Amino acid sequence: MAQGKLSRGVAVVGAGMTKFGSFRCKTSRELFVTAFQEMLASVDKGVDPKQIEALFIGNFSSDLFETQSHTAPIMADWVGLTPRPAVRLEDACASSGVALRQGILAVASGVYDMVLVGGIEKMTDLPGDKVTDALGIAADTIYETSTGFTFPGFYASMATAYMHAYGATPQTFMKVGMKNHENGSLNDKAQFGQRISAIMEARKASAVKKGLPMPTWQTELDFLSDDRGNPMVAWPMRLFDCSPVSDGAAALLLVSEELARNFTDAPLHVIGTGQASDGALHSRSTLTSIPAARAAAQEAYRMAGVTVNDIQVAEVHDCFTIAEIIATEDLGFFAPGTGGKAAEAGETARTGSHPINTSGGLKSKGHPVGASGAGQVNEIWKQLRGTAGERQLPGNPSIGLTHNVGGTGQTCTVHIFERR
Amino acid sequence: MATDITSYDFYVGLTQHKLMASRSLSTGQLFLPPRPLDPKDMSTEMEWVELSGKGKLLTFTVIYVGTSAMIAAGYDRKNPYCVGIVQTDEGPAISAQIMDLDLSHPELIQIGMPLEVVYLERGEGEAKKTFLGFKPAA
Repeated sequence: MAQGKLSRGVAVVGAGMTKFGSFRCKTSRELFVTAFQEMLASVDKGVDPKQIEALFIGNFSSDLFETQSHTAPIMADWVGLTPRPAVRLEDACASSGVALRQGILAVASGVYDMVLVGGIEKMTDLPGDKVTDALGIAADTIYETSTGFTFPGFYASMATAYMHAYGATPQTFMKVGMKNHENGSLNDKAQFGQRISAIMEARKASAVKKGLPMPTWQTELDFLSDDRGNPMVAWPMRLFDCSPVSDGAAALLLVSEELARNFTDAPLHVIGTGQASDGALHSRSTLTSIPAARAAAQEAYRMAGVTVNDIQVAEVHDCFTIAEIIATEDLGFFAPGTGGKAAEAGETARTGSHPINTSGGLKSKGHPVGASGAGQVNEIWKQLRGTAGERQLPGNPSIGLTHNVGGTGQTCTVHIFERR
Repeated sequence: MATDITSYDFYVGLTQHKLMASRSLSTGQLFLPPRPLDPKDMSTEMEWVELSGKGKLLTFTVIYVGTSAMIAAGYDRKNPYCVGIVQTDEGPAISAQIMDLDLSHPELIQIGMPLEVVYLERGEGEAKKTFLGFKPAA
């Protein structure tokens, strides 16, 4: 009978990623090579890449974004892994969280001792309306997107429900963006690694240069509350409530636990993995929570034998600002309806009781959708090994979590890591 | 023999100005969107049921940056559109465009407001199709 545990332990011994951004002249294969090289360089005691036995790569839609299917063998070929097996995992924006889980299960099964897990997405070649349509197929195209729903629209509808249920305001959501941009300003991998205030000052300078009327913004909230600074995308979600359209890749090296010390004295042991699925947003019993996230978290906590109180740092799926608030409630950091107030009170800042998205999150760092889940693990890798530089959390954290959502919550994966 | 329950027939229903759900013959459970299998007992013995078209607004958004299909239908930043989730009087909830609301002040739109179904024609030529909408109940 299944025990709900890994048959043997699995550890992360290397992690790398590209900067996330808009790279006109690069395709996903070149981005993946860069992430792969950085991953190899991160292995403290070195690794012979020929020891890698399989590739699990997350990618949402190279089909629509790059007119390229059957992407996994191309990635294997470009990093010199053929003829080893390569498989692409697609669960929308959770694709590389799911690839990670499949890599973990493959090593835990005993079939492989070492696997490469990656994520790729190259989104910026398409014009904006085509990107909206491409992302839209991650929802139910027959019954949801057909009505005119967009992804900002789905999360905006959750935000509307959250405001109605708990009295949050658009300013509540803006606080999440401000915090994530502040964190992202300390991350050289971030696509928009500036504080909101820096972006605001740049806009003011640009207005002066162009001879346009000078905006009257004094504070970040002034800027974020003004249509000119922060146009509406899907009420109540404005531009700075939305993660950007991004290109990027990330790579992780997994080995069986007993081999981990051959590669580093500070491996991250995978102590919990959880995943769940769900139907369309309109079919759910709640619009202010993502049930698949609660189920995935429950599975991961149970497997790890830890509670939310043991989690010292978490990267959560803030594809929209409301999504971070809901994530912090679904993971148990805050009770239902109190995540917004906690964000406003600074509890999720680097100096708060529950630091969330120290990397800048998808909001500031960028959201190349199929790479985002593996990108999150890169931040936990740094924070738990004390190499996060200026944004390093104090207190030598040893347990961290990633939460990666696909669609509006049709998929969610949660992973818990411990540095031993 | 089990009745075929397909999304194709749901959309045929919309062209006939009927909002069609499926109902499980064994459990009586109603499904909108209509589905061919009842997850409760795995039965595929279903019948079509026409709903009243009455419901209430569960949540909504006003979209300024729309899908290509909605842009082609004439919506843009200056002419945004509302979509939402509507709970039918019969129980199940579904996504729909919400018509005839003042979108200049979305904060005044009332969650819980009573709605009634409308049938929306969009697209040209062969792409012309009827879509599900709701509007404030008369």
